[in-house]
Amino acid sequence: MDKPINNKAWLFVLPVLVLVAFSAVIPLMTVVNYSFQDTFGNNQFFWAGLEWYREVLSSERFHNALWRQFLFTGIILAIQIPLGVAVALAMPRKGWGVPVCLVLMALPLLIPWNVVGTIWQIFGRVDIGLLGYTLFNLGIDYNYTQDPLDAWITVVVMDVWHWTSLVVLLCYAGLVSIPDAYYQAAKIDGASRWAVFRYIQLPKMHRVLLIAILLRFMDSFMIYTEPFVVTGGGPGSATSFLSIDLVKMAIGQFDVGPAAAMSIIYFLIILALSYVFYTVMTNAGRER
Amino acid sequence: MDLSWMAWTWPTAIFFVVIALLLFGMGLWEFARPGGAPRVGILRFETTRGDRLFISLLGSAFINLAWLGLIGPNLWWALALCLVYAVLVFRYV
Repeated sequence: MDKPINNKAWLFVLPVLVLVAFSAVIPLMTVVNYSFQDTFGNNQFFWAGLEWYREVLSSERFHNALWRQFLFTGIILAIQIPLGVAVALAMPRKGWGVPVCLVLMALPLLIPWNVVGTIWQIFGRVDIGLLGYTLFNLGIDYNYTQDPLDAWITVVVMDVWHWTSLVVLLCYAGLVSIPDAYYQAAKIDGASRWAVFRYIQLPKMHRVLLIAILLRFMDSFMIYTEPFVVTGGGPGSATSFLSIDLVKMAIGQFDVGPAAAMSIIYFLIILALSYVFYTVMTNAGRER
Repeated sequence: MDLSWMAWTWPTAIFFVVIALLLFGMGLWEFARPGGAPRVGILRFETTRGDRLFISLLGSAFINLAWLGLIGPNLWWALALCLVYAVLVFRYV
């Protein structure tokens, strides 16, 4: 039976539309306006046309930041999703271990982003940090302030530490919703551990995995605070991701026009990739 | 109400008015023929006419950026290409 359509429902959506207009649409319109103009402050603007877009698109600095951003997001997803699924599978389903594991998993998510950055900035220091000092005494030449590879490893490990819990909790929610009857049927059929995962657990986790991948993709693509606190985008510009580069341009250099053009391009990339991710994964789910 | 902080210009205002008119037109279309006309096109997944407008607008943004980055700042041909692209999307996607 078809669901009845009641157009009065749109009235209930109106408050949200107003809120979104104030928090997202009007700022976005302003950024579009800025991206076609130049300003020296004092609310005075001069028409620049497509100049800032042309400048950003041909800028090596933007290309490098974009490449670093894709690399970072790819690494993050490649580590956090399998690791999150593995940890969720290993967590107990009943008993006292459940609340203990849940609290432990939730802890990193409760810490503010700048505090996470500060924790890892101190943790990695060779003179006073546990990690840096230990690695130094093991004879490993680790210095995230001077070595680009060390900076990358620190930022990636920090993000994995901070956000894998989210994937774990989402996957765990999917796993505990699977009725025992599925496992009993698999046991009767003599299914292997892998078969249970492939044909029962993974399909049941599909929707939460979709949410986890989308959230982690968008969050990691917009990452700013943690790497800014730990490395400040350095050494050099080794960890200057798109958002860090954008803030440097907009606030550090007060190049509002180019920064606005870069923001629009950045926004379009996120929008397109999120749409592709969402469409591919929801349709894969429907086919299954 | 002073909106000078938004730094409005005629070209950007026209751009947003066109977007608003498109959305309004889609609303009227939906009112006249409810349901969104879902179908499976060449991309092999179901799209409604709202999806097709979204794909057209997003694709057009990238066509303009690619034209600007690879060919030059005269975007009138890019706009024509976007219109052709939008027609193709609404016809086949």
